[in-house]
Amino acid sequence: MADLGRAALVVSFLLALYALVSGVAGARTRNARVSDSARNALVTCFGSTLVAAIVLAAALIRHDFTFEYVAAHTSRDLSPVYSLTAFWGGQQGSLLLWLLILTGYAALAVLVNRRLLRDLVVWVVPVVGGIATFFAFMLTFVSSPFDTQTRVLDGAGLVPSLQNPYMVAHPPMLYLGYVGLTIPFAFAAAALLSGRTDERWIVATRRWTLIAWTFLGFGQLLGAHWAYVEVGWGGYYAWDPVENAALMPWLAATAFLHSVMIQERKGMLKVWNMVLVALAFELSVFGTFLTRSGVVNSIHSFAKSSIGGWFLGFVVVTVVFSVTLILWRLPLLRARTKLESPLSREATFLYNNLLLVALCLTILWGVLFPVLTQLYEGQTRTIGRPYYDFFLRAFGLPLLLLMGIGPLIAWRRATARSLVRTLRWPIAASVVAGAALIGAGAGSSLPGLVAYTFCVFVVTTIVVELVRGTRATGSLFELVARNRRRYGGYVVHAAVVLLAIGITGSSAYQTDVERQLRPGQSATVDGYTLTYRGTRQDVSADASGRKLTSEALFTYTGRASGTLTSSLVQSSLLGPSHEVGIRTNWLRAEDLYVIFEQRGTGNGVYFQILVKPLVNLIWIAGYVFLFGSVVALWPDAREQRRLVARLALARA
Amino acid sequence: MIALVVGAAIAVAAVLLVALPFLRARVPDWEQTTTADEERRLVLIEERDQALAALKELEFDHRTGKIGDEDYRALVGPLRRAAAEALRALDRPQDSPPPAANPPV
Repeated sequence: MADLGRAALVVSFLLALYALVSGVAGARTRNARVSDSARNALVTCFGSTLVAAIVLAAALIRHDFTFEYVAAHTSRDLSPVYSLTAFWGGQQGSLLLWLLILTGYAALAVLVNRRLLRDLVVWVVPVVGGIATFFAFMLTFVSSPFDTQTRVLDGAGLVPSLQNPYMVAHPPMLYLGYVGLTIPFAFAAAALLSGRTDERWIVATRRWTLIAWTFLGFGQLLGAHWAYVEVGWGGYYAWDPVENAALMPWLAATAFLHSVMIQERKGMLKVWNMVLVALAFELSVFGTFLTRSGVVNSIHSFAKSSIGGWFLGFVVVTVVFSVTLILWRLPLLRARTKLESPLSREATFLYNNLLLVALCLTILWGVLFPVLTQLYEGQTRTIGRPYYDFFLRAFGLPLLLLMGIGPLIAWRRATARSLVRTLRWPIAASVVAGAALIGAGAGSSLPGLVAYTFCVFVVTTIVVELVRGTRATGSLFELVARNRRRYGGYVVHAAVVLLAIGITGSSAYQTDVERQLRPGQSATVDGYTLTYRGTRQDVSADASGRKLTSEALFTYTGRASGTLTSSLVQSSLLGPSHEVGIRTNWLRAEDLYVIFEQRGTGNGVYFQILVKPLVNLIWIAGYVFLFGSVVALWPDAREQRRLVARLALARA
Repeated sequence: MIALVVGAAIAVAAVLLVALPFLRARVPDWEQTTTADEERRLVLIEERDQALAALKELEFDHRTGKIGDEDYRALVGPLRRAAAEALRALDRPQDSPPPAANPPV
């Protein structure tokens, strides 16, 4: 069957190449037969890539160890679900997933938009075709998942930390996000190549960006939850370069989703929006480069390989292509109007954009710094957590504040007097909340206090906006139906508030202690008394080597009572790993979190014990975010009708 | 053997689908793409829609109290003039010159 997989990939490569070459030829010569043929090639490319993906999935489930990839990433004792997870557990499978999602998105985009956006689609085909050609080339000639070997008795197995339900969904979600950013980029490039810069490209780009942004955002939260329950260091986001690689394009896309509203309403920021779309795409490819190249040390080091050079070359080519295209079409992107006042909704969107992009570039610098120091100084100097935390506060807190001001400030121009009048309730609520928080002892962390106060401010502005809008229209349902994108956006803002409360509570106000305990000894941590009852040891052997599992049993009393276990697993091949003990106290909205660190002297054991307030709000925020995104994404028939009517009128 | 047959079938199907536009009797035309003049009119229609949407937005902001009466009166005039100018530009034949001075927006 490997032959079938290889043949399907060769067909995919040829079809993608054909879509690129004949797509350019058809669009330039306005030859509809050639353009349609290129479009069919791109759609068919999805079909052949799907065949290749099915071959690999079948081999993984059947444990066909004649495939090198299957032997390297699965073992006989692996369940079918985790065997399938190995599809994206290794480099070749991940590349195949990239190509599958890319061609799937592309087929959908060109088929859905083939009539209304035909001007653009004829150029979208060669742009996506070019990108698909690169990935199909990599899979066919550089890093194939269909390399074969003499059958072995058993495979090496999947890294244990990847055998987690979150890992079933987290990587595909991220890939749906990363790869999804290719489609808005293709529409933006098509608008520039065709010279058709009317609103249609903006509508297409905005929709596809929103889809990709939703997957990328939700995927990151799933990844954070995985890190929290599986990696065992007590946190959920470590500013790991590969985590940052997913965050950066998401920030760029967030900036675009805000600034595109200015272009739709006022015809401004056209160049800026093009730059943001290109930046989000470039950062998504750069993210894949980081994940796959091994140039940075990361917890994702299981994914290291030698294909980095190819990806770096691809990033350079696409950056040159984007910059050249934007410079070439600058005259088409001139704004028709100017910013009327620094006190207006447009201006707050602009400030929001500057802060988002500043945060994105700051993170990029943090990611690149170790690589550059290694390159120029011969030794790696890394940037630590304080750097990222500082800039998260420096840019994140003003962003939170702007999230509250933005919805209530008027378009075009507002006066300071009208702004204060509009914001009087949110200001009053946040002052009262700030005083109450100081009274409750939250003043121990100034950034925490400021973050909580701003969160109250934002929530109050959302409530005020909904109440005023409902009064004006007569019904909340009608209000939301009038502008689903805006009110879906407010739900997403509410999710960001939940996220901010969760992050603040679990970082600024967490308790973190380390104790060496012997059986029978107790430790009191933030209202919980934990008693270590002893350790049970178990020796086992499987494809990942000989494993010594030490499982510590605790009973706890105080704010809540019960038992929990925490384990240290020492594998002869994979080294030590932790199975943390977590108990959620829903009444107090906090987690008791115990890490079995290492054996101490005698029969003592070192434990790290944490109490993390409000951490579960972070996971809840993910589902609220998803709901808000779906509301904003819900197809708007009026928008479609408007575009059709405009086109008909232009042709009349 | 099965792999070979399936692989060949995929290749043949791919070639057929790609060749399909060349095999059809009817020549697909570019009627669904816009000409330069249609593109110019599209941009003018968008400007008209943006001006009208800005007026609606202003009315809504006024009704919800984001904009006071005084600010509303100061903003509504230029917006109405902009909407009127966008409508005139759309009705104007392509070759006729624009008015000497645009009203302030």
